[in-house]
Amino acid sequence: MTSLGPLVLLVEDEASMRRFLRATLVPHGFRVLEAETAAAAELAAASHNPELILLDLGLPDRDGIDLTRRLRGFTKTPILVISARGREQDKVEAPDAGADDYVTKPFGVGELLARMHVALRHAARAAGEPEAAVLEFGELRIDLARREVAIGGRGVRLTPIEWKLLALLARHAGRVVTHRQILREVWGPTYAQQTHTVRVHMAGLRKKIEADPARPRWLVTEPSVGYRLRDRD
Amino acid sequence: MLDEERERPDPDVLLRRIQAEDERQTRARLKVWLGFAPGVGKTFAMLANARELQAAGGDVVVGWADTHGRYDTAALLLGLEFLPRRSIPYRDRTLEEFDLDAALARRPGVLILDELAHSNAPGSRHAKRWQDVRELLGAGIEVHTTLNVQHIESLNDVVAQITGVVVRETVPDAIVDRADEVVLVDLAPEELLLRLREGKVYLGEQKERAARGFFRRGNLLALRELALRRAAERVDVDVQAWRREHEVATTWAIGEKILVCVGPAPASARLLRAGRRMAAGLRAPWVVAWVERPGTTSLSSEDRERLEAHLRLAETLGASVVRLVGERPSEAILRWAREHNATRIVLGKPTHSRWRDLLRGSLLDEIVRGSGEIDVHAIAGDEAPEAPPRRPASGASLAWREIAAAAVLVGLATGASALAERLLALPDVAMMYLLAVMLVAIRCGRAASIVAAALSVAAYDFFFVEPVYTFAVSDSRHLLTFGMLFAVGVVMSTLTLRIRRQERGAVEREQRTATLLALSRELGRALDEREAARAIARTLAEVFRCGAAVLRPGPGNALAVAAGAGELPLDAPELAVARWSFAHGEPAGAGTDTLPGSRIRCLPLRSGPRVLGVAALAAGPEKNWSHEDRDLLDAFTRQGALALERALLVEERERAALRARTEELRSTLLSTVSHDLRTPLAAITGAASALREQAAEMDAFERGELLDTVVEEAARLERLLANLLEMTRLESAGIEPKREWVPLEEIIGAVLVRLEAQLEGRSVRTELPEDLPLVAADPLLLEHLVLNLIENAVKYTPPGSPIEIRAEAREGRLHLEVADRGPGLPAGDEERVFEKFYRGRHPHQPGAGLGLAIARAIAQLHGGSLVGENRPGGGALLRLQLPLDANPPQ
Repeated sequence: MTSLGPLVLLVEDEASMRRFLRATLVPHGFRVLEAETAAAAELAAASHNPELILLDLGLPDRDGIDLTRRLRGFTKTPILVISARGREQDKVEAPDAGADDYVTKPFGVGELLARMHVALRHAARAAGEPEAAVLEFGELRIDLARREVAIGGRGVRLTPIEWKLLALLARHAGRVVTHRQILREVWGPTYAQQTHTVRVHMAGLRKKIEADPARPRWLVTEPSVGYRLRDRD
Repeated sequence: MLDEERERPDPDVLLRRIQAEDERQTRARLKVWLGFAPGVGKTFAMLANARELQAAGGDVVVGWADTHGRYDTAALLLGLEFLPRRSIPYRDRTLEEFDLDAALARRPGVLILDELAHSNAPGSRHAKRWQDVRELLGAGIEVHTTLNVQHIESLNDVVAQITGVVVRETVPDAIVDRADEVVLVDLAPEELLLRLREGKVYLGEQKERAARGFFRRGNLLALRELALRRAAERVDVDVQAWRREHEVATTWAIGEKILVCVGPAPASARLLRAGRRMAAGLRAPWVVAWVERPGTTSLSSEDRERLEAHLRLAETLGASVVRLVGERPSEAILRWAREHNATRIVLGKPTHSRWRDLLRGSLLDEIVRGSGEIDVHAIAGDEAPEAPPRRPASGASLAWREIAAAAVLVGLATGASALAERLLALPDVAMMYLLAVMLVAIRCGRAASIVAAALSVAAYDFFFVEPVYTFAVSDSRHLLTFGMLFAVGVVMSTLTLRIRRQERGAVEREQRTATLLALSRELGRALDEREAARAIARTLAEVFRCGAAVLRPGPGNALAVAAGAGELPLDAPELAVARWSFAHGEPAGAGTDTLPGSRIRCLPLRSGPRVLGVAALAAGPEKNWSHEDRDLLDAFTRQGALALERALLVEERERAALRARTEELRSTLLSTVSHDLRTPLAAITGAASALREQAAEMDAFERGELLDTVVEEAARLERLLANLLEMTRLESAGIEPKREWVPLEEIIGAVLVRLEAQLEGRSVRTELPEDLPLVAADPLLLEHLVLNLIENAVKYTPPGSPIEIRAEAREGRLHLEVADRGPGLPAGDEERVFEKFYRGRHPHQPGAGLGLAIARAIAQLHGGSLVGENRPGGGALLRLQLPLDANPPQ
C-alpha cells in the first residue's frame, strides 16, 4: 500500500500470465489484486472494491461470461475482458453481459494500457463528471448538445440515424460497441437481429466522415463484433 | 503290439471328435432325471443329488421344484438356495412362475429346474420351460431337470396308444438328445401303485379320475418299458461315442438317411413320429419332404394349417424339412432321394380304394417300382405327400358360362357341317366336332370340355349318323368314333389344365423371384447403412403388407429404429422382444417360440456370428405364416443382413481411407511445421536468456534489438498457429459459414486497419464502386480471406512497392482483385501456390505456406473461387470471385 494508484483486480488462472501482467502494471502505477478463480474474484470484487477488473475468460471453475454477469449484479467497476483468439463469440457476448471492453490474447502492453485508461476514464465520467458537451478526436469535432459534427472546421450534415450512431460511438470512444448495443440504442429493442442495417448505415456514415472509407481513421470495424471510434489522443 | 494292427484313424473322425470335445468342454451341461410316470421319485433323486453337490462345495440354486406336498422331498430342500418366484397376473388370479431373468442374473453353477415339460403361464418370455432351459444352457448355466417319458415328443403317439391319454405338454427330442447325462429313475409298477394307494403320489384333484385310468398296471408296465428302452438307446449312443473316441471299429450303418414323405392329412403326424423313432434307432439323419404340384391352387386353409403344423413338428423332432416341386410326386421324391443318397423312404399306407390307383396311379406303387436300391417303408398313416389338387375357385357362374360357350361351339360345328354336307364325308364331320371339342378344351375348364364332347357325340349321332334325326346307331363302327370324340375331349382338357397349372405355378414362383430380385437390386443400390436399412424395411412392408422397421444398435448397444415403413407398435414390450432377438441372434415375438404373445415379429439380421440388427414386422399372433412366407422372410433377412454388412464394410473402408489421408497430412504437417515452430521459439528463447544473463553487459541498442526479436518472433509464431488452427477448422467436415450481409468495403477497411503497421510506407490504392452490393458471407472468414490476400502481397513484394485492391459486381458475382508489383507467381506454378505448405521460391520466408490455401478454402466454402495470375508489366494478381445473392436486403 505504498502507492495510491488505481486498484486493479486481476482475475487470471495462468501463473505466467499473472506474472507478466503484474510486472507490466505495477511500474505503471497500478496496485494489483490477484484472483485465480471465479469464486475468489467475486469475493475480492465485493470486499476490496477495485477500480478496474481485468478478467481472463478461461477460468477453471466458471464461465467468464457468467462471472461478468454476476459481477455486474453488484458493481459498476469497469471490466476489461481478456479473450483468446478463436473464441470470437466471447467478444460479442462479453460486452452484452456487461463488460466494458476486451483485448485478445496475445496483446501488446501498449494496447492493454490504452484500453485500461479508456475504461478508467469512462468510469470516472460516469461516476460524476458531467458529460462533456463537445468531444474532439483530432480533426473530428462532435458537439453533443448542438448536434453538430465538423471535420477540420467544415460542417458535415448527417441523417438522424447517422447522428445517433456517431453520438453513441463517440460517447463510448475508444471502447467497442457491439452490433446488438447499437441496434438497441439507435433503433430500439425490436431490431435486435438485423446487423446488416447497422452495416449499411455505418458505410454511409464513413463516406461522410472518412477521407478514404476503405482505410478508416476513426470508425474502425471489429469484425463480427461491432465498431469502435478510435480515440488516439 | 496291438497298436500296430489298429487302423489309422480317419482325420475327419478325429476332427469331429476334437470339435465334440471342445463343445462339451465349453457348453453348459444338461442332466435329465427320466421317469416313466409321476411319483417314481425323480424330483427326490434330483434334489438328493443337488444336496450332495452342495455338500461338495458346488454352487447349487433351486429355480423351481415341485414337492407336491411330499414331506421327504420337501425336507431335501432345506438348506438349498432358492430363486424368488415370479408373479404373473393372469385374469383374476396370480400365477407363480420360474424367474428366468433372475436365474440368468444369478448365474449359479448348477440350476435345479423341475418339470422340463412344464408350460409357462401366458405372458412369460417362452411358452415352454424347455425353451427357458435352452436359453439357460446358451448362457452357460448347467441345468438339472426332470422328465416323464410320455412327454417326449416322438413317443407321444405311442403313449397315447398305450394309455389312451393324449399328453399335450411335450418336449422336443432334440433337447433330450442334448442332455449330457440321462439318469433313469426306476421303480417297480407294483410299488408305484402301492405308493399311489398310500396317497404318496400327488395327482391334482381335478385330474384324479383321468389319472386313475392312467395308473393301471398294464399302462405302467408299457410306459416303463418305453422309458427303459429310451434310456438304453441313450446308453447305446454313449457307447457309440465312446467307441468312436477310442477308435474301436464302428459297426453302425454308415450313411443311412431317411426321407419321410408327409402331407396335410392328420395321420401324417404319426408318420413323423415313426420316422423319428426309425432315425433314432438307426442313428441316421432324417429329412421330411412334402411335394407341391406346380399350379395346384393353394390348399384349403385347414389343410394348410395342418401341413404347417406337421412341418413344424418335424422340425421339433429334429428333422430338416424340404419342399419339393414336381408334377408327379413320385418322381420328385425319387429324384431327391437319389440326389441326396437317402437309403430309406417312409410313406403312409394308402387308405383309398384301388380304383383311384387305377385312374390316377398309386404313389406307393410308383415309388416302390422306381426305388431301386432304396428301401421303402409303408407305414399306417396317410398316403398323400402331395396336396390334393383343388378346383380353381372359379365361381359357378363361370362354369355355366363356359358350358354355354361349349354348347355354342358345338352348335356352330353342327351348322357348318350341315351347310357343307354335300362336300363333306362323314369322317370329316367327325373332324369338325373334334375341332370344336379341342377349342373348348383349350379355352375352358374340364366340365365344359366334357359337356362339349358329350354334346358333339349326341349332335353327330342325331344329325349325321344314319338313321338321321334319331339317337339310334345302325352301324356299330360309329360307336368307335363316339368313343374317340369323347376321349379326345377329356384328354385334351386334362392336358390343358395341367399346362395352366404349371403356368400359374411358374407365375407364382416368378413373382417370388421378382420380389427377391427387386430387394437385391434395391439393396445393391444402397451405399450406406441407412439406405440399406431403409430398403429392407420398405420391401418387407410391401411384400408382407404390414408395418416394418429395422433396428440397429446405437451407442451403448441400445437398439434404435434405423428405418421404418408403415405402422409398427414399438413400446417397451416390443423393444424387449427386439432386444432379445438381437442378443440371442434368433427370431422372437409373434409366430415364434419366444414371447409369442407380442404384437410384432422380430428377425435377427445376422451375418455369420455377428448380429447386425433386427428386422421387426407389425404382424401379431393373428397373422398366419405359411411355409413359403417363412422361407421368403428368411431369404429376405439373409439378403438384408448381407447388404447391411456390405454397407457397414464400405463405411468402415471409407473411414479407414480417411484416417490414412489424415495420417498422411499429419506427417507432412509435422515435418513442415516443426521447423517453422522451432525457429521462432529458438530465437525467442535465445534472446530472452541473453537478456536475463547478460543484460548488464549490453548497451541500450543491443537490448532493444533482442527485445524486438522476441516480439517479432512471437508475433510470427502467433500468425503461424492461427493459420494452422484455421486450416484445421476449415478442413474439419461440416463447417458452415455463418452468413451475414456485409459490405465488402467494411471488410477491406478492417483488414487495412489491422495491417496498418505492415503497410507503412506502401501506397495502397482501393477502387471500390459506390454501389457495390452487400455480400452474404461469414464476416470473420471473409476478413481472414482478404487479410491473407493482402498479407501475401506484403510478404512477397519488396517494401515500398504499391498494392492495388479493386472490386466490382459483374454477372451476378463479386470480383475482388489484389494486385502487386513484386516478382509475380512462379511461372507454371500459378496453381501450386494454393496448395498447403507450398512456399514457392521463398522457403525462408516466415509462414507455413498456408495463407493462400486457407484463402481458397474459405472462397470455396462460400461457393466462390480464387485464382492467381501474373500481371502484364510484372507482379502477381489474385482474383477472388464470390456469388452474389439476387436479393440483398434493403
